[in-house]
Amino acid sequence: MELIAIFISAILINNFVLYYFLGICPFLGVSKKIDSAFSMGLAVTFVMTITAVVSWAINHWILIPHELDYLKIVSFILVIASLVQLVEMFIRKTSPPLYQALGIYLPLITTNCAIMGLALLAALRDYGFAEAVIFGFGSGLGFTLAIIIMAGIREQLDLAEVPEPLKGAAIALIVAGIMALAFMGFVGMIK
Amino acid sequence: MSTKTIGQEFIKGLWDENPVFRQLLGLCPTLAVTGAVINGLAMGLATTFVLIFSSLVVSSIKKLIPSQVRIASYIVIIATFVTVADRFLAAFFPPISKSLGPYVPLIVVNCIILGRQEAYSSKNTVGRSLIDALGMSAGFFLALLILSAIREILGAGTFFGYQVMGAWFTPWIIMILPPGAFITLGILLALALHIERRTKSRK
Repeated sequence: MELIAIFISAILINNFVLYYFLGICPFLGVSKKIDSAFSMGLAVTFVMTITAVVSWAINHWILIPHELDYLKIVSFILVIASLVQLVEMFIRKTSPPLYQALGIYLPLITTNCAIMGLALLAALRDYGFAEAVIFGFGSGLGFTLAIIIMAGIREQLDLAEVPEPLKGAAIALIVAGIMALAFMGFVGMIK
Repeated sequence: MSTKTIGQEFIKGLWDENPVFRQLLGLCPTLAVTGAVINGLAMGLATTFVLIFSSLVVSSIKKLIPSQVRIASYIVIIATFVTVADRFLAAFFPPISKSLGPYVPLIVVNCIILGRQEAYSSKNTVGRSLIDALGMSAGFFLALLILSAIREILGAGTFFGYQVMGAWFTPWIIMILPPGAFITLGILLALALHIERRTKSRK
């Protein structure tokens, strides 16, 4: 039951983009077309799930037993950077079609604050292993959901007459604000 | 090497190359911590500290870093100063550290800081990098202050915790919630672009 609550809240209620404001850069940058938004979402979900596993292992097997809590920031960022690199190399070797789909989006993920935020939030809330993995996967799906909706709206927005200064990032942010407003409707779902 | 005078180097961070309004960098902390002016102030100071010291270190050891591993080296340098800032806040200002939550450690992935190292400190002298870091921090600070002031005054009727609106004022709760952050920043971006276009067309 607990796990389901974490899963749903990561997707809908505490959505990474619309509630924690993490991963705004790809959310604004890669949301012009639904196809690329979907690939980006897929890549983020993939890396988030793996990050949740690895950062949990590092936190619980290395940092906490040796009281190295203050090294959390340095070790997480290095692990995430090398992890993304590894995942990229692994996918290129094993699954060329998947590499084609994720290709250019994978390196971008290193600088995505959502990944670092995930590792930090999971450590901050003292999640167990299963909870951390579910949290990582759910957060990735939440990001995917938000970026796909955003891309859908922006494809329509191209046909609308937007006042000149509002074009581009400004109107995208206002649309995101209205989306966040809609997502607040989910707050009562889990007590 | 940059050919600007010292003054221009500082001023460009405030408007022409303002990290938030013009370059759209560092939006995550800008949106996340600006619900109250005090949080915006703390985030601004912490980021300023990290940016200035990272720029100083990177510009002084730029010749020692091989270019293949420069990004990783910058990240380690930045992460070190972020850890210092994080520990300092947790030790001396526990309430602020608590309300900023994961956003202090997240300064490490703030693109403003890595961006300045890559674009400026790695190519310029220590003195110029310091001025550049000061200007960029001031620009970021300005953006945080404007956004948090608007959100706190409209959302809670207070400024820096003091009541500024009369009893007649009903706070717009939405302004301190996430949607308020997105919409306010969107309007401010449009305003910045509008002012820029007006001044350009006058010239």
